[in-house]
Amino acid sequence: MSILVIAEHDNDSIKSSTLNTVTAALAIADDVTVLVAGSNCQGAAQSAAKISGVSTVLVADNPAYANQLAENMRALIVELAEGKSHLLAPATTSGKNIMPGVAALLDVGQISEIIKVESADVFERPVYAGNAVAKVQSLDAIKVITVRTTAFEEAGDTGSASIEEVTAICDAGKSTFIGEEVVVSERPELTAAKIVISGGRGMGNGENFGLLEAVADKLGAAVGASRAAVDAGFVSNDMQVGQTGKIVAPDLYIAVGISGAIQHLAGMKDSKVIVAINKDEEAPIFSIADYGLVADLFEAVPELESSL
Amino acid sequence: MKVIVTVKRVIDYNVKVRVKADGSDVDLNNVKMAMNPFCEIAVEEAIRLKESGVATEVIAVSVGPKACQEQLRTALALGADRAIQVESDEQLESLNVAKLLAKVIEQEQPGVVILGKQAIDTDNNQTGQMLSALTGMAQGTFASKIDIQGDKALVTREVDGGLQTIELAMPIIATTDLRLNEPRYASLPNIMKAKRKPLEVKTAEELGVSIKAHTKLLSVGAPAERKAGIKVADVAELVDKLKNEAKVI
Ligand SMILES: Cc1cc2nc3c(=O)[nH]c(=O)nc-3n(C[C@H](O)[C@H](O)[C@H](O)COP(=O)(O)OP(=O)(O)OC[C@H]3O[C@@H](n4cnc5c(N)ncnc54)[C@H](O)[C@@H]3O)c2cc1C
Repeated sequence: MSILVIAEHDNDSIKSSTLNTVTAALAIADDVTVLVAGSNCQGAAQSAAKISGVSTVLVADNPAYANQLAENMRALIVELAEGKSHLLAPATTSGKNIMPGVAALLDVGQISEIIKVESADVFERPVYAGNAVAKVQSLDAIKVITVRTTAFEEAGDTGSASIEEVTAICDAGKSTFIGEEVVVSERPELTAAKIVISGGRGMGNGENFGLLEAVADKLGAAVGASRAAVDAGFVSNDMQVGQTGKIVAPDLYIAVGISGAIQHLAGMKDSKVIVAINKDEEAPIFSIADYGLVADLFEAVPELESSL
Repeated sequence: MKVIVTVKRVIDYNVKVRVKADGSDVDLNNVKMAMNPFCEIAVEEAIRLKESGVATEVIAVSVGPKACQEQLRTALALGADRAIQVESDEQLESLNVAKLLAKVIEQEQPGVVILGKQAIDTDNNQTGQMLSALTGMAQGTFASKIDIQGDKALVTREVDGGLQTIELAMPIIATTDLRLNEPRYASLPNIMKAKRKPLEVKTAEELGVSIKAHTKLLSVGAPAERKAGIKVADVAELVDKLKNEAKVI
């Protein structure tokens, strides 16, 4: 068995989601290769070579891969798939964008968002917003898989893989990158943070998220949101936690002014400790909270901040 | 220009599904079913393309058993012109669905195909991307804006870091994210009218697609339960518990 992991990176360094994915790969087999496809991405390739357990890093350094456009990436990965038993990518928006097309071109299925490796062909994955867990067996020769990063630890950085250049240039010419609005924040990344404090519709407006930011700054936490808060325009879409947003599983998750719809719970219920602050004592969020505080958030949150 | 929009019949998003006692699957007996919410957004977008004069015809397509005609009728009531049901008994895997849709696309030659980014039952998030790979049409997933400009389209995508805009050569496959639009409701007269709109039924054999299993469902279990928590009286008690009991701050 031989596994190819598709790295997520910013050309200079590897994103932590890649480290979780390598751990999932190593749970399947020992022979793990990482693909770094990008433009001027030697820095990312160097950091990939240090991931513990990785034997080889393939670098495809070409402008065609600069923005990980789906058409180009899937063609490249299919070229590199020969002799591989498994192709893995993190279940991030990038991995989700690329991998199903890889599977279709190889005429195999995809197993999305695995949370457990049972054997080389049996995996567990959540379905129905995490209200059920399916155990599925792949019947395909090549298994195309995306990995729920919160379900696997990050691989270490004691590796010394060899680096090989890939010269294939796959440029389908179907799509062009125009621009992006990336939200820059000094706070830790939502999906990798040890503590997350999220606000919902109860926050009332975007300005009031400042209350949560003040707490976050004291705790070194990331700030998240419910869909309702994003839809209402309080905060940007990259902060949405849930079934169809980001999946988080920090040591501590603090839900403020969030009712606890199943779609929101799907994104945070694997957090180690959950705190809910809500003025409605019947709110469903309390049914999964380790510590529930029935209170008006506009009083409780500033008080919390000053007592930290 | 024709627009194809796909719809899937799934469990209603308000229903919390239960696992069968024998662990074979989830229990969908007597459970309320509805159009997948992301497909509702896709239908709305297709209709808006017609209303703005970009599209001339909107065709709603569903792959599923006879019951999915209910969701196709909903799409017709919302404004689709005609519907195609591709008959299938089982819960088909995404690749099989994509192969069937690719054949429909070959026959209809649409300029734009819009799908939901994921179905809230399997949570797979695969079909649109597979369809793009099979047809060679350009791919714009997780769209929060679709702007058709002649032979190209600008698609703004919801990505982990924020928003990304790409330009696609037409024809395109787009999948919808939550912020693309707010779906309308069907009016009663339109629901009545929809009953007379054409709904064609096709089979996999007619489309020349052989259905193949890629996975086997071994079992379905309930997720790990969280142990019941407590209510704290005030912020001081909360901070004390987090520091001294949970030891997380
Ligand atoms: C297809 C689909 C996908 C979805 N995906 C997601 C997703 O990924 N993530 C997600 O979060 N949701 C998602 N949703 C939406 C979800 O169903 C809920 O609508 C949403 O989570 C509600 O957000 P909320 O809890 O902030 O708002 P509400 O349900 O309106 O709750 C607001 C809460 O704030 C409390 N409150 C108000 N004022 C105060 C105050 N002053 N002090 C204390 N408490 C106060 C209220 O008591 C209430 O409980 C999805 C829905 C669909 C259909």
